[in-house]
Amino acid sequence: MSVVLIVAIVLPLIAGSALIAFPVDDRRARYAGVAVTGAVLGLTVVLAGAFDRDDARTMQFETDRAWASSLGLRFHLGVDGISLPLIVLTALLTFLVAVHSLGKLPDGGSARAYVALVLVLEAGVLGTFAALDLILFFLAFEVVLVPMYFLIARWGTPGERGPAAFKFILYTLLGSALMLLGFLLVQAHTGTFDITELAARGGDGMSRGVQITAFLAIGLGLAVKVPMWPLHTWLPDAHTAAPTGGSVLLAGVLLKMGTYGLVRIAVPALPQGAEEFAPYLGAFGAVGIVYGSLVCLALLRSPDGDLKRIIAYSSVGHMGFALLGIATLTAQGINGALFVNIGHGLITGLLFFLAGAVKERSGTALLGRIGGSLYARAPRLGGLLAFAAVAGLGLPGLAGFWGELLAMYGAYHPADELSRGLFLVLLVAAALGTVLTAAYMLGIVRAVCGGPGLAASGTSETDDVGPMAEGAPLVRVDPLPDVGRVDVVAWAPLVAFTVVLGLWPATLLAVTDPAVRALLGGGA
Amino acid sequence: MNPVPPTGGSVLAAAHGPLSLVQDIDWAAIAPPLAVASAALVVLLADLFLSGPRKVWLAWLSLAGLATALGLLLPLRGGGRATFCAPADPATGGPPACSYVVSDLTLVLQLVLIGSAAVVVLLSMPMTAPRPWADESGSDRAVPGGEYHFLLLASVAGAVTLAAARDLVTLVVALETLSLPAFALVGLRRDARGGEAALKYFLLSVAATAVLLFGVSLLYGATGAVHLDRIAAALTTLDPKLDTVAATGAGLVLVGFAFKVAAVPFHFWLPDTYRGAPVPVAAYLSVVSKTAGFAGLLLVAGIGLRPYAHVWGPALAVLAALTMTVGNVVAVRVATGSGDAVRLLAWSSIAQSGYVLVPFGTAAGDGADLADRLPASVAYLAVYAVMNLGAFAVVATVGRDRPTGVVGDYRGLVRVRPWLALAMAFFLLCLAGLPPGLMGLFAKVAVFQSVVAGGTGWLAVVMAVNVVVALYYYLVWTALLFQPPVPGPPPVAGDGEAAGTLGSGGTLRVPAPFAVAIGLAFGLGVVLSVAPQIVLRVLTVPGLLG
Repeated sequence: MSVVLIVAIVLPLIAGSALIAFPVDDRRARYAGVAVTGAVLGLTVVLAGAFDRDDARTMQFETDRAWASSLGLRFHLGVDGISLPLIVLTALLTFLVAVHSLGKLPDGGSARAYVALVLVLEAGVLGTFAALDLILFFLAFEVVLVPMYFLIARWGTPGERGPAAFKFILYTLLGSALMLLGFLLVQAHTGTFDITELAARGGDGMSRGVQITAFLAIGLGLAVKVPMWPLHTWLPDAHTAAPTGGSVLLAGVLLKMGTYGLVRIAVPALPQGAEEFAPYLGAFGAVGIVYGSLVCLALLRSPDGDLKRIIAYSSVGHMGFALLGIATLTAQGINGALFVNIGHGLITGLLFFLAGAVKERSGTALLGRIGGSLYARAPRLGGLLAFAAVAGLGLPGLAGFWGELLAMYGAYHPADELSRGLFLVLLVAAALGTVLTAAYMLGIVRAVCGGPGLAASGTSETDDVGPMAEGAPLVRVDPLPDVGRVDVVAWAPLVAFTVVLGLWPATLLAVTDPAVRALLGGGA
Repeated sequence: MNPVPPTGGSVLAAAHGPLSLVQDIDWAAIAPPLAVASAALVVLLADLFLSGPRKVWLAWLSLAGLATALGLLLPLRGGGRATFCAPADPATGGPPACSYVVSDLTLVLQLVLIGSAAVVVLLSMPMTAPRPWADESGSDRAVPGGEYHFLLLASVAGAVTLAAARDLVTLVVALETLSLPAFALVGLRRDARGGEAALKYFLLSVAATAVLLFGVSLLYGATGAVHLDRIAAALTTLDPKLDTVAATGAGLVLVGFAFKVAAVPFHFWLPDTYRGAPVPVAAYLSVVSKTAGFAGLLLVAGIGLRPYAHVWGPALAVLAALTMTVGNVVAVRVATGSGDAVRLLAWSSIAQSGYVLVPFGTAAGDGADLADRLPASVAYLAVYAVMNLGAFAVVATVGRDRPTGVVGDYRGLVRVRPWLALAMAFFLLCLAGLPPGLMGLFAKVAVFQSVVAGGTGWLAVVMAVNVVVALYYYLVWTALLFQPPVPGPPPVAGDGEAAGTLGSGGTLRVPAPFAVAIGLAFGLGVVLSVAPQIVLRVLTVPGLLG
């Protein structure tokens, strides 16, 4: 079965490279994209089916071969309960993005190039989640940079895409360069790049000082990706400028690479470093939760508030919960973080799809110009947006709820080494954040979906508010195209999984929990 | 005692006893540089008998000479050969010292040097033999083919010898054999720009040679030896009163080599020289000449001056940090300013020199673990040769039909020549060290590994920041390749009216030799990206530095 894992990673890489190198006409390229991502999704489902749930704590489907032995680089792949859900999520979201690309793509380049970049991106993300060698992890981490840069720079919103794409790649590269230094420092003291081996040793062979330095370097690199406040500033620009598919992948899977790296590498391999920095991680996470929601509220009140930017800032808040969960260094907290990852991937992926649909249909993502009244103009779209927003605020019964609950539960009883008082304060801040989150998520619904569907003629397009606007008769706002066939295919799985994971969280927790406990056990 | 068993010159050797100055020569060991030098002479003679279109044979002869030299490396694979040996020192009873040693290090460097030179010859073909490649408009401003290939091969012979030299005199002579023809190559086109470039290069190079020679004389005065291993032995047991003299000599020798590799602040000649020289010559200087310079630095610092690692280690660390920072910052300014392609590559190659210098900077106090650090430089040099030659090859190709030579010329290249654009993107991303340019990334990881293991944390952080800064201009260039052509002036300002017209109807010819050169570099790059162990093996070869 380990072949299946390799194929799932290498297939999109080869297909993407082939699409870049050889001229294929655009229509075929789109279908090839759907076929390849569909095949990868099928392979990951096969993996999930063959995965031994009773033994989720150990690595399965392992491959371990020397690649560049002089560097100590090994081609070491494997899947356990922590990475399996993320791998399936990645395959699912990429497939949905490929399906979505059957519809209209923004101008910027050929659909062939778009599909090719998405495929290479998928290979990089899957490789990151399956890599069990530090350098291989780093390589896969870097693979996503160039495709995502081009997705933003070529298909993004004209005017803002260039700087946003540069900001994205320069920030992330600075982070990953630091991360590489941390990896090399670990190797210099332990003699191995093997992630499972390092987790099993739990920091043996590294003095406290080395662990702290290495954790600082690795943690900073990953924190840029998470993104952790105050290193998040690349994210709103990149999300706002990116095309719909790019935003979905960026929020849905790329951000997860940061928290995944913390759980997989930094915390288990460097327990003393983790202990030292956990309060900071938690505090920055909590600040991110509150800060993200405050920015969203401010954007909501501003006429220039951009729907995609609000969702981007909501990601800062949600990933703050993941950081807080990891910072507790408890099984509950880390399980919560992983649950936040999956829930956020599903819900924010859906939100970005919907925001993209609104932007495409009304021609703008600015709240002041969308015109509101989505319930009246495109009832199904409005209903879905309301659903996604409610899921995003963490309503019990939907996927967003459990992760935040577990993270906060972890903060109530943090690991013994950590100061409980501090984490109680963070808990209160996070709780405040959930209230604020609910406020802005409902605010989005009111601003975009609400409204009578009637407006004074001319006000729905603020560009040409003429002298006639005063006292003009009320007219129906133009209806918008509602959910189409491609949209149903692209969005229905996200809605379904949001509900399923909300109602039966155990389907996910049963897989992650043993692996998390194994990691913490190895680290304690 | 003559260490080589007397065979050929045995009569004389026996007659003169142990004081004999006549010794056997291991011809197989010196065959590669000999082949290159002979080819140079053959080319010079053949030039007299070839005329018109048949001048193209000069290039084929050069290639044949280099191919022979490559073939002659094969029998030397085992390494461990030496010739031109001085007998064992009667005073100390130490082992004999040899001037010409074929070790694993020598072979790797010679392979890189000769292979790169062959690619440069390919790139020079349309320039030195206008027909059948040049068009009526004469975009290949002709240079005299016979002289050009003779000078090129003579210079390569010096470089190849340098990689095997193990005493200071041979090193200096080889370095001059490398440099003197290079001055002429830069100015061979005989236009104002080339003349200025050649003069600048010549004057600064001569000054550097003077400094180098002064350093050599001080080292000789302090240690009484010219062989690198004997200098190392003498330095460990040096009279403390001579310490200052030896340290000064060491410093001056390293400055001489720092000039060759264009380490900041000895880099001022480089951008103007590259810009004024024909593009293939710039490629030659940036790869072959630089690799030879680093070979000298490796040998002198890594073998001869190893006991003084505590002196030159920190100095080279600072030099490395300066070199990459200045190179990258100015390259960013070029990218946002004039956008001159060759100038951009020139500054980028200065920055890349900084990365090669980084492992030198990690030299520990006693130099004990130098042998574990410096091989990262060798690996980086080998990879750098492939990616930089590839980039220069594309620049030479595009430069023929777009004489403005600005980065804006590359806008929309993918529409006109998809494979050329993909190859260029690959080379640039290799230089930046980002996937899919895994080759460059592995080389950078090797350098990072040496510096982190060496414990010079600050240098690692400086290099990490530099890698990010460098990404900016490599990425600007890469992005241009894929941008749709727009009518009107390109965003990267150029001084020419032809800039930016590439995608909108302009054709772009790729002469066959250029296509072969680019294909070779691209193919090798892909192979090394998938199987990096081929190059990275040098990291773990035991005793690479002797």
